Amino acid sequence: MHAIREALAAIRRAPLLTALSAAMVALALFVVGLFAVATYNLHEALSRVEERVEVVVYVRDDVMEAELQLLEEDLLEMEEVLGVRYLSKDDALAQAREDLPEFEELFMNLEVNPLPASVEVELRPGFRGPASVARVADRATIYPFVDDVRFGREWVDRLHLLRRMGGIATAVLGTAFGVVAALIIATAIRIALFARREEIYVMRLVGATHGFIRRPFLLEGALTGLLGGILAAVLTYVSHLAVSRLIFPLEWIPLEWMVAGIAAGGLFGLVASAFAIRRYLREV
Amino acid sequence: MIQLSQVSKEYPGRGKALDGVSFRLEKGEFAFLTGHSGSGKSTTLGLIHQADTPTSGEVVACGFSSKHTSHREVWKLRRRVSYIFQDFRLLPGRTALENVTFALEVTGTPRRELSSRGNRLLAQVGLAVKSGLQVHELSGGEQQRVSIARALANDPLALLADEPTGNLDERASRGIMELFRDLNARGMTVLMATHDLELVRAYPGIRVLELTEGRLVYDSRAPAVEGA
Ligand SMILES: Nc1ncnc2c1ncn2[C@@H]1O[C@H](COP(=O)(O)OP(=O)(O)O)[C@@H](O)[C@H]1O
Ligand SMILES: [Mg+2]
Repeated sequence: MHAIREALAAIRRAPLLTALSAAMVALALFVVGLFAVATYNLHEALSRVEERVEVVVYVRDDVMEAELQLLEEDLLEMEEVLGVRYLSKDDALAQAREDLPEFEELFMNLEVNPLPASVEVELRPGFRGPASVARVADRATIYPFVDDVRFGREWVDRLHLLRRMGGIATAVLGTAFGVVAALIIATAIRIALFARREEIYVMRLVGATHGFIRRPFLLEGALTGLLGGILAAVLTYVSHLAVSRLIFPLEWIPLEWMVAGIAAGGLFGLVASAFAIRRYLREV
Repeated sequence: MIQLSQVSKEYPGRGKALDGVSFRLEKGEFAFLTGHSGSGKSTTLGLIHQADTPTSGEVVACGFSSKHTSHREVWKLRRRVSYIFQDFRLLPGRTALENVTFALEVTGTPRRELSSRGNRLLAQVGLAVKSGLQVHELSGGEQQRVSIARALANDPLALLADEPTGNLDERASRGIMELFRDLNARGMTVLMATHDLELVRAYPGIRVLELTEGRLVYDSRAPAVEGA
C-alpha cells in the first residue's frame, strides 16, 4: 500500500521526468513494434508462398500403372509427404488449356500430346524447407522411369534464408532496443533515487528494510515501462494503419505479441530499477 | 549492550582511523567518547551502527555482530540503536511532526497511529507546541530535539550521539544533556561523542572514554587499563 502510494506520489512530484522517460521508452519499443509488424507480415507472406512449395515428379510416357503405384506408396511412406496426386498426360493438357486460354488454338491442333504425366507431391507443413524438399526429390529420382523432378531449389533455399534472417534480425533488434529501454528506465530511476537521497538516507538510518525502500522505485520503474509499452503499441498501431491506408496493406500483429511486448516493457522497467536500486543501496 | 574487541579501522591510503580499540558498555550506561577532532570518535560510532565494517576486530551491538550481520539485516540493529548527528539530518520542507512520523511510517507504524504517536514523541522531548512548525522555523536546539524524538520512534535500547551539542549554544546544549540524562535515568544506554571538555567536566558522574589518534587512551571506569 505504502509502495503504491509512494510510487504514485513520485510520479506526481515529477510528472515531467516520468512522462519523458516513458516517452523515450515508448520510442525504443516503437522501433521494436515496427519491426514486429514487418516481421509478422514477412512471416505471413512467406508462409503463404511456402504453402505452395511442392515437388513435381515427371514420369516417362511408357511408365506402367504398377510402377507408378510403387512410387506413390514409397513417397507416401515418407514423413515429409502429406499426399500425392497423379496427373495423366490428358490431365496435364486439360490443365494447360485452362491455365493458358490464349493458346487454345495451339492446343486444339496438336496431334500428339507433348506434355508429360506427373505426380504432384504435397508436403506436410513444417517439411517445406530445403532439406525436406531435397530428400523427397532424391527419393523420387531413384526410379528409372522418372524423367525429372522439379521443385525450384533456389526458391526454397532463398525462402528459408529470408525467414531465418527475419527471425534473427527481430531477435537482435528486439534485444538491443529492449536494452535501450531498460537503460532509459534505469537512468530515470537513478534520477528519482538521487532526488530522494535525503529521505532514503533517513529511512536507512532509522531502520527501514531494503524491501520497503525499494518497492516504490520498483513499482515506478515497472509503471514507466508499462506506460512506455502501451504508448509504443499505440504508436505502432497508428503507423501500421497509415502504411496500410497509404502504401500497401499490412496485417496487424497478433494480440499475444502486443500483450507480450507491453508486459516486456513492464518487466524491463522492473529489472532495470532493481539494478539501479541495488547499486544505489550499496553505495549509500 | 555494546562491545568492541580489538577494533581497527583503516581507510585506504589514510592509515588507521582506529587502532585496537576495546571497550564495553553495559545496558543502561551513559558514557562520553572524547578526543580531539580526527581522533576516531565518529568512526567508532559509525562502526557500532554498522554504517561501515571494521578492518579487524569485532563490534557487537544489541546482539548484532559486525562479523555476522549482513547488509540486508542492518535495519534490525538500527531499530534498537538510534543515531543522532551534530547537524540533525532532518528532512527540510517538512514540519517537526512530519519528520517524526516519517520515521514511524517507514518502520511500519499503521497510518492512523502516526500523528498521535508522533505528537507523543515530540511531547517527550518538550516540543509539543511546535509540532506544526517547519524545520527551518525551529532553533538549533529545537531541531536537535526533533531529531531525538525521531531517534526514539522505534523505542530503541541505545542512543549513539555524535557531537549532538556541537552546533548549539551553552543553554541549548545543557537542555539536550538533560534530555539524555532523563532518557538514561529511564534505562536508555547512551554513548555520546564530544570534544567539548567543559561539558564533560560538568557531568562528573558520567563515564569518559578518551581516544587519541585512534587509540583508546583513557577509561574513567578503569583508569589503570591504558592502551597507550
Ligand atoms: N570515510 C573516510 N575516508 C577516509 N578517511 C576517513 C573517513 N572517515 C574518517 N576518516 C579519517 O579517520 C580519522 C578519524 O576520523 P573521525 O572518526 O571522523 O574523527 P572524529 O569524529 O573524532 O573527529 C580522521 O583522520 C579522518 O580523516
Ligand atoms: Mg566526528
